[in-house]
Amino acid sequence: MKRFALISIPYLWLLALFLVPFLIVLKISLSDTELAIPPYTPTLDIAQGWAGVREWWAGLDMENFVWLTEDDLYWKAYLSSLKIAIISTLLTLMVGYPIAYGMTRAPDEWRPTLMMLIILPFWTSFLIRVYSWKAILSNEGLLNQLLIGIGLIDEPLVILNTNIAVYIGIVYTYLPFMVLPIYAALERLDESLLEAAEDLGCSRFTAFWLVTFPLSKQGVIAGSFLVFIPAMGEYVIPALLGGSKTLMIGKVLFEEFFANRDWPVASAVAVVLLLILIIPIVLFQRNEEKQREAGK
Amino acid sequence: MRKLSWFNTLTLTLGFAFLYIPMLILILYSFNAGKLVTVWSGFSFKWYGELFQNEAFLQAAWVTLKVAVVSSTFATILGTMAAYVMVRAGRFRGRTLFSGMIYAPLVMPEVITGLSLLLLFIAIGLDRGVLTIVLAHTTFSMCYVSVVVSSRLVTFDQSLEEAALDLGCTGFEAFRLVTLPITLPAVISGWLLAFTLSLDDLVIASFTSGPSSTTLPIKIFSAVRLGVTPEINALSTIMIGLVTIGVIGASLTSKRAIAKKQKDEREAIS
Repeated sequence: MKRFALISIPYLWLLALFLVPFLIVLKISLSDTELAIPPYTPTLDIAQGWAGVREWWAGLDMENFVWLTEDDLYWKAYLSSLKIAIISTLLTLMVGYPIAYGMTRAPDEWRPTLMMLIILPFWTSFLIRVYSWKAILSNEGLLNQLLIGIGLIDEPLVILNTNIAVYIGIVYTYLPFMVLPIYAALERLDESLLEAAEDLGCSRFTAFWLVTFPLSKQGVIAGSFLVFIPAMGEYVIPALLGGSKTLMIGKVLFEEFFANRDWPVASAVAVVLLLILIIPIVLFQRNEEKQREAGK
Repeated sequence: MRKLSWFNTLTLTLGFAFLYIPMLILILYSFNAGKLVTVWSGFSFKWYGELFQNEAFLQAAWVTLKVAVVSSTFATILGTMAAYVMVRAGRFRGRTLFSGMIYAPLVMPEVITGLSLLLLFIAIGLDRGVLTIVLAHTTFSMCYVSVVVSSRLVTFDQSLEEAALDLGCTGFEAFRLVTLPITLPAVISGWLLAFTLSLDDLVIASFTSGPSSTTLPIKIFSAVRLGVTPEINALSTIMIGLVTIGVIGASLTSKRAIAKKQKDEREAIS
């Protein structure tokens, strides 16, 4: 009895507030748009029983999904999000790996402090961290002041409200997610393997490529997914740092919903985004399971 | 004793400079006397004064705090139960669905979570307000809590509980005297994580809040969308300050707890 209550309370909560909402999104994505409140006409009428389901199936036209393929705004936004997410994941990896590597090479008594310095931004407001770049990247901003001051450029660089600012924003805010799994993987590494490689005539660099990097692969994979998946649906960073030309699907969804009040299309956008993300999510979970088994 | 090579020293210095310089600049310019956040014109506490006069911000801060305390408490209770189910309850019908629903919200784009919850609230005719934000925040943060708590429960030695039962404890006493003290640090960090996630959330709150229940992130976002304002810098500085004190305080307490434990163990052996 107690066991039943223990299982059913969180189970029912998640069913009601996680699974059911999804089914509603799926249902509305198949409805027709209408200028009303709520602004859609449900095509599925459950009250009619089986006849209603049959009628719904016959009238099912996937209209909103067809619309997504016809209006090039949407597929361009998906492609552009994919591009931005991939590039910024690679950039985060390039910035994050050396930091994680440097942390494992640091003297033992520094490690807790370095660890805390990596985790601290994670507890600080995401919104504030994104906002902090606005004053740096704007045309009159501190970066341009500095570059003009040292005479490197004459005209201010336009960075804010471009994709470059979005890349910087994503790398900056998601860096801890990349560093921590790589650090965890590198810390487990048996250093005698490196010594063996050097004894066998590898240079330090070859030893790194042949031994260290392959052994940290799972950390790299985990970190990359942890950056890629949220970056794909990101809203705040393109809204604050990107320009009107920055197309990202999270932003399109948000605006479709709030500005155009087109709920069926917004729901269809969400369904397609989820379908795109299912592949990386499944791969990520498989990687985690592999790691858990290796850890045992 | 390892020593850092010049390369590692350089990457660590640059890496941490990248992480911290933007925040330091933000803090510095909150004390700027001028309205511009890119030109320094003298030291002043002016913007802090203006901030505490701004009724709308104070109102939003109060709503945010209420939502965060209530939702993180519910999330901790539900998340701890869920962690217990995942680690201890063994097999039951629908276990795969259950673990899927625990892990999925962790990687779900916020726009989708927000949209789906809003459509649910509209479908059941629940007016948007503090209650709907609390429900939304509880749902996504309970998953984080359950991950934190279950990682602690996995490493927990069950024979300790069995020993307590053998020594005459009732099931509840064994839970209260053995299980709870051991899992408590994880439960507390789960609560803190849920609390921060709730304080920080913009996207889900935008979907689920009503006109009378604007939260602080929504207020900040609409202010900074237009540009940089020194008042927001002042507000950010206060928030960064509180988090820094909290994180350093927590790490010092845990360090002291570990040191004390080691000392106790040494004394017990000698």
